Amino acid sequence: MVLTTALATSLSLAACGASNEGGNSADSTGSAEQLSGDLVGAGSSAQQAAMQAWQAGFNGEQPDVNVSYDPVGSGGGREQFLAEGGTDFAGSDSALDDEELTQATTRCGDAGVFELPNYISAIAVVYNLEGVDDLNLSPATVAGIFNGSITTWNDPAIAADNPDASLPSTAITPVHRADKSGTTKNFTDYLDQTAGDVWTAGVVEEWPTGGGEAANGTKGVIDAVKAGAGAIGYADESQAGDLGIAKIKVGDEFVAPSAEAAAAVVANSDRVEGRGEHDLAVKVNRTTESADEYPIVLVSYLIGCIQYDDQDKADLVKAFAGYVISEDGQEAAAKNAGSSPISDELRDQAQSAVDAITAGA
Amino acid sequence: MTTTDAPPAPPRPRRRPGDRIFAGSATGAGILILVVLAGVAAFLVSEAWPAVVAPAEDIPGGDGLTAYIAPLVFGTLLAAVIALLVATPLAVAIALYITYYAPPRLATLMGYVMDLLAAIPSIVYGFWGIAALAPALVPFYGWAEEHLGFLPFFAGPASVTGRTMLTAGLVLAIMILPIISAISREVFGQAPALHREAALALGATRWEMIRMAVLPYGRSGVIGGAMLGLGRALGETLAVALVLSGSGGITVNLIGQSNPSTIAANVALKFPESTGIEVNALIASGLALFVITFAVNMFARWIVNRRADFSGAN
Repeated sequence: MVLTTALATSLSLAACGASNEGGNSADSTGSAEQLSGDLVGAGSSAQQAAMQAWQAGFNGEQPDVNVSYDPVGSGGGREQFLAEGGTDFAGSDSALDDEELTQATTRCGDAGVFELPNYISAIAVVYNLEGVDDLNLSPATVAGIFNGSITTWNDPAIAADNPDASLPSTAITPVHRADKSGTTKNFTDYLDQTAGDVWTAGVVEEWPTGGGEAANGTKGVIDAVKAGAGAIGYADESQAGDLGIAKIKVGDEFVAPSAEAAAAVVANSDRVEGRGEHDLAVKVNRTTESADEYPIVLVSYLIGCIQYDDQDKADLVKAFAGYVISEDGQEAAAKNAGSSPISDELRDQAQSAVDAITAGA
Repeated sequence: MTTTDAPPAPPRPRRRPGDRIFAGSATGAGILILVVLAGVAAFLVSEAWPAVVAPAEDIPGGDGLTAYIAPLVFGTLLAAVIALLVATPLAVAIALYITYYAPPRLATLMGYVMDLLAAIPSIVYGFWGIAALAPALVPFYGWAEEHLGFLPFFAGPASVTGRTMLTAGLVLAIMILPIISAISREVFGQAPALHREAALALGATRWEMIRMAVLPYGRSGVIGGAMLGLGRALGETLAVALVLSGSGGITVNLIGQSNPSTIAANVALKFPESTGIEVNALIASGLALFVITFAVNMFARWIVNRRADFSGAN
């Protein structure tokens, strides 16, 4: 399957390459010249499927460049990138924190780092409840379910969100991730911001102990929800399969997760303040009121240096990052990993960051 | 001195290079294992130390290292004890059947199948547990909650996915079954024929013969096998990580959805995304497991040595 995707990607790339020849050099800086060398990255396992698509696609553009990516996890990826003589880039489900930014000036010099939101994925609230095909949930209800205070499906809080549904008295089994994960972090961030009075455990990567069922990885959560009558969990929207997907209350409406709505909420969110010009770390606007936006999203970043010591390395990173954020790259990731392609506006900002990548003087 | 008058000692056997190489490499191997063990212990202690001295709020969970590790130790022991309680009687029965009841050809076949069970990788047991055993046990858990709910083990609410401590314990039981039964089979087979025949000659039935001649002789072997199995159950990682829904604190409720996780499974699940002090905390939990396994082995050795005096072997 990976092979066919890779083939499809390189084919579509070839097609696009041909149509792009007239001009528009902005997003084809990479294909202007043939590069060669090794590019080493590590980090988020959430990005792994997308990264495979990018590796394959980029390989079609630059056959002599070998991009390797070790999905060690976001924390490990950031650590390896920041270490002396570390990896060339990192993939991370959260942006660098202040301490890491300080380390980054040692790693990358005063020019600092770029952080591009290269991977956006909607997190669906999936459930398994026979006879209920549509489920609407407000943030406080979701928080109540996952903190264990709402224990049956016919709870008044759920009934209030779903006046037309006939809800059984089945017990609710909330399923969460057993491993540390960026998905959990983004999900709890949503609960914390929208229903902070119900969800009191804060923003965590590791589910607070006590209550609920724990399952390993996205697949584990999906399997557990499938297996358990009355189970509910949160997982990548693309992996939900035939499970029920709850609509989440945004403003006055209930919104289902979709690629467009996920990309929209990121595009309309503010950047984290006090960061470098090319640091596009986003503070996702979880409390959005717009019904075009779906606020439970995972945003993952491509992190690298603005300035590399070595001209070749700078060219490689520039070309690869340029491909990742390009329409083709985002499309390939969407196909392989089910992610949401970033908006054009975000792409423009990211492109200017990519253009800024240089080799040190 | 008399020694000077003694006839000259027989000439020392000439040590050939082959002998020396063999003796040296054997000694080296013996020392190596000690060095490796000491190295592992030193690594664990040095890497765990930052977590030991860290302020309580830096440890995952925020309540200090003891509060972090205690439920894991409890879960590890609980799962292993369930496995042992289920597997040991079964393994002994299998071993007795193979050695004394089954027709020889069937016994050979069964011995082969049991050894095969030991060769199945643990992840396969994990998948089997999560895909087949757990769903199959869900109705039982519902029944147990309803009818046996007065026992703290079945207090419920019962899990709807079946990924409970009892399921994990049963998967572990099946994993350690071949180890215990293989060793039991060996020792039962070696029970002195004279004892057995004497028992039969005195008019004992086959069961009485086994009880009087075989079981006392094999007791230390069974215990040794059980401890080996316990060692594997304590350290089993993947199967538990897959099967167990480890999301809670200390509880003896075996059929609920929130169970204490085990040390090895917790490390496997949390390590990839951990950084800094969290890694140290995980390694500290690994150190705890190291100590537990060590204690179990010492205990087993002590039992085996003590029992050896009372068995029919002498």
